[in-house]
Amino acid sequence: MIRVQSLNKTFRVAQRQAGLAEAVKALFSREYSTIQALKDVSFSIQEGEMVGYIGPNGAGKSTTIKIMCGILHPDSGTCEINGRIPWRDRKNHVATIGVVFGQRSQLWWDVPVIDSFKLLKDIYGVGEQVYRRNLDELVELLGISELLVKPTRSLSLGQRMRCELAASLLHQPRILFLDEPTIGLDAVSKIAVRQFMKKLNQERGTTVILTTHDMQDIEVLAERIILIGRGQILLDGSLSELKRRSTALKTITMEYRGDVPRLGPGMKLVDSREGRLVLELDPAMCSASEAISALAAQVEVLDLSISGVSAEEMVASLYQEYKI
Amino acid sequence: MMKYLALFRIRFSNSLQYRAAAAAGMVTQFAWGFMEIFAFRAFYRANPSAFPMEFSQVASYIWIQQAFLAIFMVWFYENEIFEAISNGAIAYELVRPMDLYNRWFAQSVANRMARAILRSLPILLVACLVPPPLRISLPASGLQFALFSLSFFLSLGVVVAYTMIVYVITFFTLSPVGIRIIAAMLADFLAGAILPLPFFPDRARAVAELLPFAAMQNMPLRIYTGHISGVEALGGIGLQVFWFMVLLLLGRLMMKRALRKVVVQGG
Repeated sequence: MIRVQSLNKTFRVAQRQAGLAEAVKALFSREYSTIQALKDVSFSIQEGEMVGYIGPNGAGKSTTIKIMCGILHPDSGTCEINGRIPWRDRKNHVATIGVVFGQRSQLWWDVPVIDSFKLLKDIYGVGEQVYRRNLDELVELLGISELLVKPTRSLSLGQRMRCELAASLLHQPRILFLDEPTIGLDAVSKIAVRQFMKKLNQERGTTVILTTHDMQDIEVLAERIILIGRGQILLDGSLSELKRRSTALKTITMEYRGDVPRLGPGMKLVDSREGRLVLELDPAMCSASEAISALAAQVEVLDLSISGVSAEEMVASLYQEYKI
Repeated sequence: MMKYLALFRIRFSNSLQYRAAAAAGMVTQFAWGFMEIFAFRAFYRANPSAFPMEFSQVASYIWIQQAFLAIFMVWFYENEIFEAISNGAIAYELVRPMDLYNRWFAQSVANRMARAILRSLPILLVACLVPPPLRISLPASGLQFALFSLSFFLSLGVVVAYTMIVYVITFFTLSPVGIRIIAAMLADFLAGAILPLPFFPDRARAVAELLPFAAMQNMPLRIYTGHISGVEALGGIGLQVFWFMVLLLLGRLMMKRALRKVVVQGG
């Protein structure tokens, strides 16, 4: 349903050195440098998928999203979404997608939120009944009933983001693009936004494509991640697959009473303080249960936790691996 | 069509709430209007026969101009549009199933009308109450008023179509400062905002009257005052229709090109 093939996009950027003399010089002649924002980007996404599109700042995430939304024309390559080429058939294409740019607002600043919603209803030509039903459902799911009569300028960021999500879904798009939807949100708002997106994907079957720097988002939401760096797709696969790939080591953190225990094969000490031990375990040499019983036989265990690698660490190691 | 009307409505109601701005604008316009009228009066006292318009016509010209400044003046730009282009907020406007040109056009017309409605009534009221030589006079006939109304809306169309071209140019220059000032200065001077066109030297006037700027405030104001009437007024309205179509087509064409090359600013 989304098919992206060999997209290329370059930007020309005027640049100049610092200083007044350089600024004056730039009045007469400018130097341009070309930035290759996307290099041969290809992937396809099926209906109902939830995909995390990740990469460091400036990797080309937003550029890809903007091309898929019909805002930018690529230099070469194709992109077909529901049988349409976004930039050729922009008006028809955008009627079937929803977009949230986390760093911008689509709500009118000085008027109550509900007025912005009504405007969107008219812009998308949503029928009265469908609109009512959608609005009621979204208001309940996102808990925004008291916010509707307030002007946008008086909302907190978390409140606003929930309203933005509702705004982009009033016309029941089949695909939702989220460009950094949780940026700057507090923990409670983040969780609310994540839960909502999960529900949307599971119950309505909406295809969701999200870019984020928050690995917690990825961990909770995305079954599949696409990693882009310096304009190229580096990896495309499921999160658990990638985790297995990146490292198999587990971390054991234990609080105990007694003498410092001896460590068996496959266990490596990371940190030892009075009554607290952190060690790294290689499951190939020693399984988790063997390790636990070996430790429990020596000391009285007060608390113990085993964790795999976090998405955060995994992505950091991927960035390092690919030098991006 | 519904969607553009809806946009018109929200823009209109949004602008109506800026009462303090309207009040401040009104004070400026009173001051400016009186100053202009008194300056003209001083000239007319020196030699009333040396001028191409009667003093009462000049007074009406200035009052209508001040009352509907928001309709006639190019420099009432939509700052939101400039901002949307230079900071990338335009991304949200492009993900709507709407034609961007029509959208901005509807938005501009709504904003100008809302501002004009707030300001025009008090100004017109005062213009009717001041002592006779300064007072505004009514159009000579119902027909003249009808022609004025038609010309009035056409000039709004021409002004907005002209500003649309300024917005589109901003896609390429990114900073709107230079182009918006040049465009507004040119229009102010050549549309008779500073000095009515009849006061121009003959040669300059002959040229100026054919330019698109003559299709802005020059035409409705001169029709209102009766300086242009009958067949001549119809010809003037024809010129307005012509320039409106030309600017509209040009703006649309430029917009189409710009969107193909557009770089949406910011991440």
